[in-house]
Amino acid sequence: MDKHIGKQSIRFQNPPVIVSVSSVAGPKEGEGPLGSRMDRVSQDILLGKETWEKAESEYVRQGIELAVEKSGLPLSGIQYILAGDLLNQAIGTSFGVRSLQRPFLGLFGACSTIGEAMMLGAALVDGGFADYVAASASSHFCSAEKTFRFPLELGSQRPPTASWTVTGGGAMIIGAPEAEPGRYGACEECPRVTAATTGKIVDMGIKDANNMGAAMAPAAADVLTRHFEDLNIRPEEYDVIATGDLGHFGREILFRLMLEAGYDISGNTTDCGIEIFDRDQQDTHAGGSGCACAAVTFAAYFYPQLCSKRIKKFLLVPTGALMNSTTVQQGESIPAIAHAVRIEAGGV
Amino acid sequence: MESSESAKKQYQDLVEEISPNSRLWVDCLKAFVTGGLICCVGQWLNNLLIAARVSKDAAGTYTGVILIFCGVLLTGLGYYDKLGKYAGAGTVVPITGFANSVAAPAIEFKKEGFVLGMAAKMFLVAGPVIVYGALASVLVGLFYYFSR
Repeated sequence: MDKHIGKQSIRFQNPPVIVSVSSVAGPKEGEGPLGSRMDRVSQDILLGKETWEKAESEYVRQGIELAVEKSGLPLSGIQYILAGDLLNQAIGTSFGVRSLQRPFLGLFGACSTIGEAMMLGAALVDGGFADYVAASASSHFCSAEKTFRFPLELGSQRPPTASWTVTGGGAMIIGAPEAEPGRYGACEECPRVTAATTGKIVDMGIKDANNMGAAMAPAAADVLTRHFEDLNIRPEEYDVIATGDLGHFGREILFRLMLEAGYDISGNTTDCGIEIFDRDQQDTHAGGSGCACAAVTFAAYFYPQLCSKRIKKFLLVPTGALMNSTTVQQGESIPAIAHAVRIEAGGV
Repeated sequence: MESSESAKKQYQDLVEEISPNSRLWVDCLKAFVTGGLICCVGQWLNNLLIAARVSKDAAGTYTGVILIFCGVLLTGLGYYDKLGKYAGAGTVVPITGFANSVAAPAIEFKKEGFVLGMAAKMFLVAGPVIVYGALASVLVGLFYYFSR
């Protein structure tokens, strides 16, 4: 158990490397601040498919295929695919990876899925059970609206705290460090996953499905506090801490909760949902959300900065709201979860 | 994270402090103007029909049919949701909003088939309005009958 540290964290012995990443996204994401950094932006939100669900699966497939392609590996070199999405029974993912014919582990952690996939993927690699795994997460604005809210054409207003589901898929190939340096991938010295903290379910009684940031902020605060204590570090150690999709107001709440816990993280913490859209220009209210939010933002925005060593120590904290439309209608509060994945630039 | 009832209450207070509410007065004003405009169009149509020697009852029916048609057409063309985003209750309450609430799920669920998709889910949003609208009219009818 020497890899398990503190109460909820692990430290990898031979930190697995993130060999390559991919980001494929929809038109609105392409118009956002990170649009030019994404690998592929489609002008057609349906990607030529007939349904939103099929389109989401296509984002998954393209994302994983592109990450594999960028890694320089053959598809057969990927020993596991760990992936998930928001749709019922995670069909966006399973239909997307159907044609890839690789061993598949479907995950569900709502919008925290990419964190779950990265932790488990890195554990598989560090445990010696795989040389290369693919981790991926996806979401689609239209399929999410249909699943969780109203039909798209219904004339309704969203409150200021509502978020906008990111359309797209983000994927990455995590591999054993022996593959380095420079054998595969675009990055000369690949960033590595060095530690991770698995979150607990935290439910502070929020019932408003239009205020997910508030439902998830306590889970993020919980896992962050745990992470700092388990690793015996201060938040200042990180160049950047990025939560998944707390949005503008969720982040404010997180800052307050962390201050109460004795940590000031306001200087180095951002949120993927804040980075991916320009809320003034794009009318996205609280910010971006969905499984693809953290996955695409990490791949398009943070990974290149880790490669160029502009960011040396990075903590990705994808956040997930674990409810569905039935539990909301039955008056249940929203349980939330967050995981913290520590990524360090290579060769530092 | 402590999650006792008092901690939850304290947290809800923090959330309310930080989360902004919708701008009630602005939204009300927009709803009033847009909803009022839709009703004015309806009244204008009604007057036009009566001027064209349509009976008063038939004119009301025709007006309703025309407005419903416009609501469905604008939904199908993808304009009604944009209007609704601006006007809120102003486009929900008039009869055009009812048309939108039937047409929108019909479009969304058509891909699941005409029977179990479109037809079954067409009244997803409007269903409660029909159920409680019918119930309310029965209650009002009974009240009217016995109080005459």
